[in-house]
Amino acid sequence: MLEIKNLHTAIDGNEILRGIDLEVNKGQIHAIMGPNGSGKSTLANVLAGKDDYEVIEGSITYQGEDLLEMEPEDRARNGMFLAFQYPVEIPGVSNSYLLKTALNEIRKHQGMEEIDAADFLALIKDKLNSVDMDPGFMSRPVNQGFSGGEKKRNEILQMSVLDPTLSVLDETDSGLDIDALKIVANGVNRLRRDDNAFLIVTHYQRLLQYIVPDYVHVLYRGKIVKSGDKELAFELEEKGYDWLKNNGRES
Amino acid sequence: MSATELEKIQSYQNKEYKYGFVTDIEADTLPPGLNEDIIRALSAKKNEPEFMIEWRLKAFKKWKTMTEPNWAKLGYPPVDYQKIRYYSAPKKKDQPKSLDEVDPELLRTYEKLGIPLAEQERLAGVAVDAVFDSVSVATTFKEKLSELGIIFMSMSEAVQHHPELVKKYLGSVVPPGDNFFASLNSAVFSDGSFVYVPKGVRCPMELSTYFRINAADTGQFERTLIIAEEGSYVSYLEGCTAPMRDENQLHAAVVELIAHKDAEIKYSTVQNWYPGDEQGKGGIFNFVTKRGLAEGENSKISWTQVETGSAITWKYPSVVLKGDHSVGEFYSVAMTNNYQQADTGTKMTHLGKNTKSTIVSKGISAGSSNNSYRGLVKVGKKAENARNFSQCDSLLIGNRCGAHTFPYIDIQNPTAQMEHEATTSKIGDDQIFYLKQRGIDEENAISMIVNGYCREVFKELPMEFAVEAQNLLSLSLEGSVG
Repeated sequence: MLEIKNLHTAIDGNEILRGIDLEVNKGQIHAIMGPNGSGKSTLANVLAGKDDYEVIEGSITYQGEDLLEMEPEDRARNGMFLAFQYPVEIPGVSNSYLLKTALNEIRKHQGMEEIDAADFLALIKDKLNSVDMDPGFMSRPVNQGFSGGEKKRNEILQMSVLDPTLSVLDETDSGLDIDALKIVANGVNRLRRDDNAFLIVTHYQRLLQYIVPDYVHVLYRGKIVKSGDKELAFELEEKGYDWLKNNGRES
Repeated sequence: MSATELEKIQSYQNKEYKYGFVTDIEADTLPPGLNEDIIRALSAKKNEPEFMIEWRLKAFKKWKTMTEPNWAKLGYPPVDYQKIRYYSAPKKKDQPKSLDEVDPELLRTYEKLGIPLAEQERLAGVAVDAVFDSVSVATTFKEKLSELGIIFMSMSEAVQHHPELVKKYLGSVVPPGDNFFASLNSAVFSDGSFVYVPKGVRCPMELSTYFRINAADTGQFERTLIIAEEGSYVSYLEGCTAPMRDENQLHAAVVELIAHKDAEIKYSTVQNWYPGDEQGKGGIFNFVTKRGLAEGENSKISWTQVETGSAITWKYPSVVLKGDHSVGEFYSVAMTNNYQQADTGTKMTHLGKNTKSTIVSKGISAGSSNNSYRGLVKVGKKAENARNFSQCDSLLIGNRCGAHTFPYIDIQNPTAQMEHEATTSKIGDDQIFYLKQRGIDEENAISMIVNGYCREVFKELPMEFAVEAQNLLSLSLEGSVG
């Protein structure tokens, strides 16, 4: 589904990612871990198409196509979703209007008819429950006045309504209490299928207690310095990242 | 905004003005120029009673002593008032009695504008007094309204049929010598709408007029007068589009509203006159005087405007809060693009006790345009416990435009309570990226953000109008950003 080859990127002339190789296939959950500043969020943003980042070298193939040639909205319409680390506020635009528009953009792209108001309501009613959100959320302006936890839950709500092929979660767990963390994890687990995939970027192992990844990769100084299965996450929790740093310098 | 985002925004160029077409109709016009003879001829063409001729001539005398105001933050070439044609009417045999008698060419024009009159009569419950150039061509629902005693007709008709009301109220809120443009209007006004709602009547439908400037070199000088008697209510909608042309066209309207005790007038405008092309060539010069007198106790006047058109906008819909406990409101969205210039705002004059005013102004500047909010909140000596809340927000798109705020406050009573909030913001890259990541393209993303920004004002508009306003705003944005 997703194939990243020797990816090098820079922002303002500083190289952040220094040769990433990663393959994500259908039905898989990959966790990207690493200390602050290792390039985790950069990777998530490059995948989503944020244009602050310059790709110096390498390629990304998504569903057989050159992802780097696609506009962010085309990536989204083709099933790529980024749960933002810092979801932005959009004053005056209701949550429900945004979500319905987003859903219809994807449906249009798939040659489907636009969803009507009644069907949309029925669809989100169930999804709202799953993220423990009140229907009142839908009429509030996007992320405005939301607490940190509400913003993250809102990202998960959007993800579950848009039903992406590849979901990239950028530190969705940061700043969440244990209950909110479970809600986020349940959102992913509920959506998990054989025909989709997840890339979960996180600093801590704790989210991975609830979402069991197939693979764990450690990113350090813009490179994947170690890959393993879920056990690697527990190892990192115990030992921290320091023991890998030497490893990183060697490679 | 990042460099690439900016380039994108700058590269999006003007979408052609959608309503730029000229209807081919024989016009009955006076020669260009302004003098007493022209005014007499104009008045004669309209078959006006003597008092109107005198009223016009008095205004003209006053106007000749006045100079064009230059305090607004606007720059435009001098207007040659002698080159303007002050009367132009579609040729008519007789007044049409029904839509069937209306020139089909005219009806087609309105259809292009999306105002199917016939449909409206049948379906929408909206009475339309459509002004084409200077003469009203069709008035619908008149009968239904007259059952309630509501008078809704063109100003020309009102002068004929209700001279006593016209005589009593015309110029009572905006006197003929009020300002340069109001005086000009008083001298040469062509037509407009007249509304009278009798005591205790709640007008059951939105009254609506579509103005349209058509004949070349014709200035248009509407005059609208709305009177709400004690305990009555009326909501009036004004919408405007104009065909495309190269020469600047002058427009100087006057609107007067009078709300008696416990009466409420809601006046909504959507204005999208031709703003000029992307180099700033052409476009309408719009100098409007709109003022409401909240005359009686507990009366209320509310202005809502969405301004996306005109090359020059000079417009300050105001409320004089004379009655105790009277309420004045001003909700405004002004969008400028390319080389458009807008200097617009409001004036709230508190005279009565416990009066309350609210101002919500949303400016949007794009391209190389300049957008100014200019407002005055004045509290008179006897206006105990006056309250005002003002919110003036500016949104900038790109980095060549300007937004300016000139809030003036003049308080002569220490019990007044004033609140003022102002913000200036730019559409953030992160907001656009967030929406794009949800599958929404840049054009729609910007449109969504801007419409969200204007929401507080749009919610004041009647439903159908709010939709139109949003579409218009998106249309203007398409021209500028994407």
